[in-house]
Amino acid sequence: MEVRFKLNGKEVATATASNIRLIDLLRDKFNLTGTKEGCGIGECGACTILMDGRAVNSCLVLAAQANGKEIITIEGIADGDILHPLQRRFLSNGAIQCGYCTPGMVLSASALLSQNPDPSEEDIKEAIAGNLCRCTGYKQIIDAVKETAKELQLKQ
Amino acid sequence: MNKGFSVVGKSVIREDGIDKVTGKAKFADDYKFDGMLHAVMLRINEAHARINSVDFLEIENNRNVFSIISSADIPGAKKVGMIKNDQPIFCDEKVVTPGDVIAMLVGESEDGLRPLLSKIKIDYSPLPVLNDPKKSLDKDAVLIHPEAGSNLIIHHPLRKGDIQKGFDESDEILEQTYTTQLIEHAYIEPEAVIAIPQGISQGVKIIGSIQNPFSCRRIVAAVLNLPLAKVRVQQAHLGGSFGGKDDTMAILAARAAVAALKTGRPVKIRYSREESILESYKRHPYILDYKAGYMKNGKIKAIKIELLADGGAYTSMSPFVTWRSVVQATGPYEIENVHTDVRAVYTNNPYTGAMRGFGSPQPIFAQESLMDEIALRLGMTPDEIRRINGYKVGSVTATGQTLKDHDVNLITVLSTACENTDFAKKWKNNLKKKSVALELSKDSPILKDDQFIRPDDNIKKGIGLALSFRGCSLGAEGMDASAAYISIQNDGSVYLDCGLAENGQGLRTTYTIIASEVLGVSPDKIIYLELDTGITPDSGPTVASRGTIMGGGAVKNAAETVRDKLTALVKEEFKLPADDIISFTDNHVHSESEGTLASFQDVCKIASSQGMNLSAIGWYKGPNVHWDEETGQGDAYFTYVYGCQVAEVSVNISTGEVYIDKITAVHDPGTVINRLGAEGQVFGGVTQGAGYGIFEEVTTDKGFIRELNFDTYTIPTSKDISEIIPIFVEGKESYGPWGAKSLGEPTLELTAAAISNAVCNALGKRLFNLPLNLEEVLLNIKLRPADTKRGSLV
Repeated sequence: MEVRFKLNGKEVATATASNIRLIDLLRDKFNLTGTKEGCGIGECGACTILMDGRAVNSCLVLAAQANGKEIITIEGIADGDILHPLQRRFLSNGAIQCGYCTPGMVLSASALLSQNPDPSEEDIKEAIAGNLCRCTGYKQIIDAVKETAKELQLKQ
Repeated sequence: MNKGFSVVGKSVIREDGIDKVTGKAKFADDYKFDGMLHAVMLRINEAHARINSVDFLEIENNRNVFSIISSADIPGAKKVGMIKNDQPIFCDEKVVTPGDVIAMLVGESEDGLRPLLSKIKIDYSPLPVLNDPKKSLDKDAVLIHPEAGSNLIIHHPLRKGDIQKGFDESDEILEQTYTTQLIEHAYIEPEAVIAIPQGISQGVKIIGSIQNPFSCRRIVAAVLNLPLAKVRVQQAHLGGSFGGKDDTMAILAARAAVAALKTGRPVKIRYSREESILESYKRHPYILDYKAGYMKNGKIKAIKIELLADGGAYTSMSPFVTWRSVVQATGPYEIENVHTDVRAVYTNNPYTGAMRGFGSPQPIFAQESLMDEIALRLGMTPDEIRRINGYKVGSVTATGQTLKDHDVNLITVLSTACENTDFAKKWKNNLKKKSVALELSKDSPILKDDQFIRPDDNIKKGIGLALSFRGCSLGAEGMDASAAYISIQNDGSVYLDCGLAENGQGLRTTYTIIASEVLGVSPDKIIYLELDTGITPDSGPTVASRGTIMGGGAVKNAAETVRDKLTALVKEEFKLPADDIISFTDNHVHSESEGTLASFQDVCKIASSQGMNLSAIGWYKGPNVHWDEETGQGDAYFTYVYGCQVAEVSVNISTGEVYIDKITAVHDPGTVINRLGAEGQVFGGVTQGAGYGIFEEVTTDKGFIRELNFDTYTIPTSKDISEIIPIFVEGKESYGPWGAKSLGEPTLELTAAAISNAVCNALGKRLFNLPLNLEEVLLNIKLRPADTKRGSLV
């Protein structure tokens, strides 16, 4: 079958099978390997992407379900060479260690900020509770999201 | 000299951060090659069985099967190991634990191969299964590896003073038994590796999620019967390891390499989470028997310790893991008479090996629980008993080593932790608070307003601490040396590399900071190269929190070698007096007499025009240590670090839930080089330690693991931990770069023990078995499902 969707700002169309997961389509067909697989059952959040602005586990979504949707992966969140404010804050806060959870973490946080520009610490923890990180203990990630929210509020 | 650093100790953005935050960083499974094949593993549903025959007839000619790889295809060593060669690459004779792999199917796609596994006919005879480590050494116990003659992997004795005399002279004796559980590393990236044939003259190249490329190379070369130089191992970005991607990865790399050489095509193996948990090694569960004799004034006179570690089906790192335990089992306390026996044994359980902490979190849980209990019996506070017994300068450890030549900061970290948390006052207050008891009126069954239990009454507050010393680097485990490579280009930009591996901890950033500090160039001028065994000299494994002290020492040495050459050149070129002092800062070179001389770039240009070699291999070798295996006496490690963590918890007495309100982590890692990285180590290590303390556990049923994915194996999420406060006490040290030592493991080893002491402070009852999950806290018992399914039975 053919699926058409908007991927990181560009309209794409590709043939796929009915049993292919969205994560496999992104990684294998579009070579967007920033989307990571950690558990395959929607527990770890490493494969998080944005689907119509919502953070979803791409291991639990069939490729066909992307039809007509807008998909953003970690490769599409920056504005060309200019990093997304979340990406900059992740760097300056030391919110990255091994980096395997980072793409999913950034995307979950960005979904939060687009829905709730002024999140409390609890809101942030809740938003990333589905993204497991074994390295950082989350503290610097939470700080990065908090600072980004403030930065974006000041801009508006 | 902690003053005057320009980069050291500052917050510097990760060297690999930009690639990781944009999704560009390539992890092992992100690599693809033309003609690449995939492999799937053949296992049987047995924990212990003799394999009589394997019949591939039904699938041999299947179009999805490109090749079948088994033990017969191995040109060299069929069994390997980090210490003892007892682990088969393919188990063609016998499986000894459910993760064991009998053979491997190779083809174009995993999906095409998996359905074929059930069509392979395996004839096997089940053998008795040994799961209880306490029964491993029984005379009638089944032998896991009959050729070893016994199920004993290792026995480390330690004898100091006269244990009987010590007990005889003690005022009181306390005996307790503790247990700790099997846990999983739970790196978020599952294992992946690709072997690429390089032609007859070049051997094979391995790219993978490999913690220790040099150990991996040694094993792959032995299996292929190739010289080391013909096996080139390149590390991909590594999605977490924590000690876990060592033996398993070497074996996976060897399997892929055998298949690659047989098929002549690149072969990738990648594991699902279930396979990862099933086959990879884990943290040793321990049974810890402690008997302490002490005086009424708090002084510990004698301690007898017996530790039993379940090594599971293979030796792996058990001998070294348990060696660290024997050195550190008394904790950081000076005790005259010590009698310790640490044993690791084989069982049919999942095998156990290296994991962050490496044989220290288990005895720390026991010894710190014991110290608190003695304090309670003597009417002392936990910090008082530790001040009496804790190491000071000149103290003699259980192994007979005198602590000197560095800041023995044990009492300093303890005091800092107590002052920052108002420890003693809170600890006493919590003890005073009585539990809520319901007193019903005789006249009326109706509760009055003040008799209702408010939700808050269910919550009890507790505070507890744990204290440790930890030997830095490998100690008497083995040769301890590391290399670094530096090459300065004629425009002043710099290549840097080291034989130790970036496992996510930020080692490349730390090394960049060190080179930046020595050469005075900004960190962004330094390009860090990939770790490739074909380029960098062997630096030993990236373990034992030795990255900063050993590799950092090598990087500093390499950078200083080139800087010294440039210093001599500058003096000659600018006709400066021989005793002038040349400094390198702000991308410029300065002299004390003349001020700024030239830019670093211009100096490099002059050097290059004169044909000067601006590259160097730096080397750092640890001083010799020694060890007597019969008595457990010797200078075990060349230096130590000290740490104290205070846990503040809320315990729900109705549900048994432990909530961690705050962990204050005070560590002396020597000089802090990479500020953001160091804080990250504390946040991450404490969080892992908390998971170990309150809920993580891999349980098994006849060797079969129940928790094979993150739905049942739960690790801490963003919502599980509150505040973590890192505090660094930077003690003086003569080893390592500017006296920088170790931090990664100390951050983890203390947390569970501190939490347990806090829970005891809250409840007034002591818990002896990790993890402190709901049923342990509420019922003092671990509930287990009857088999590998869900649902509980006692």
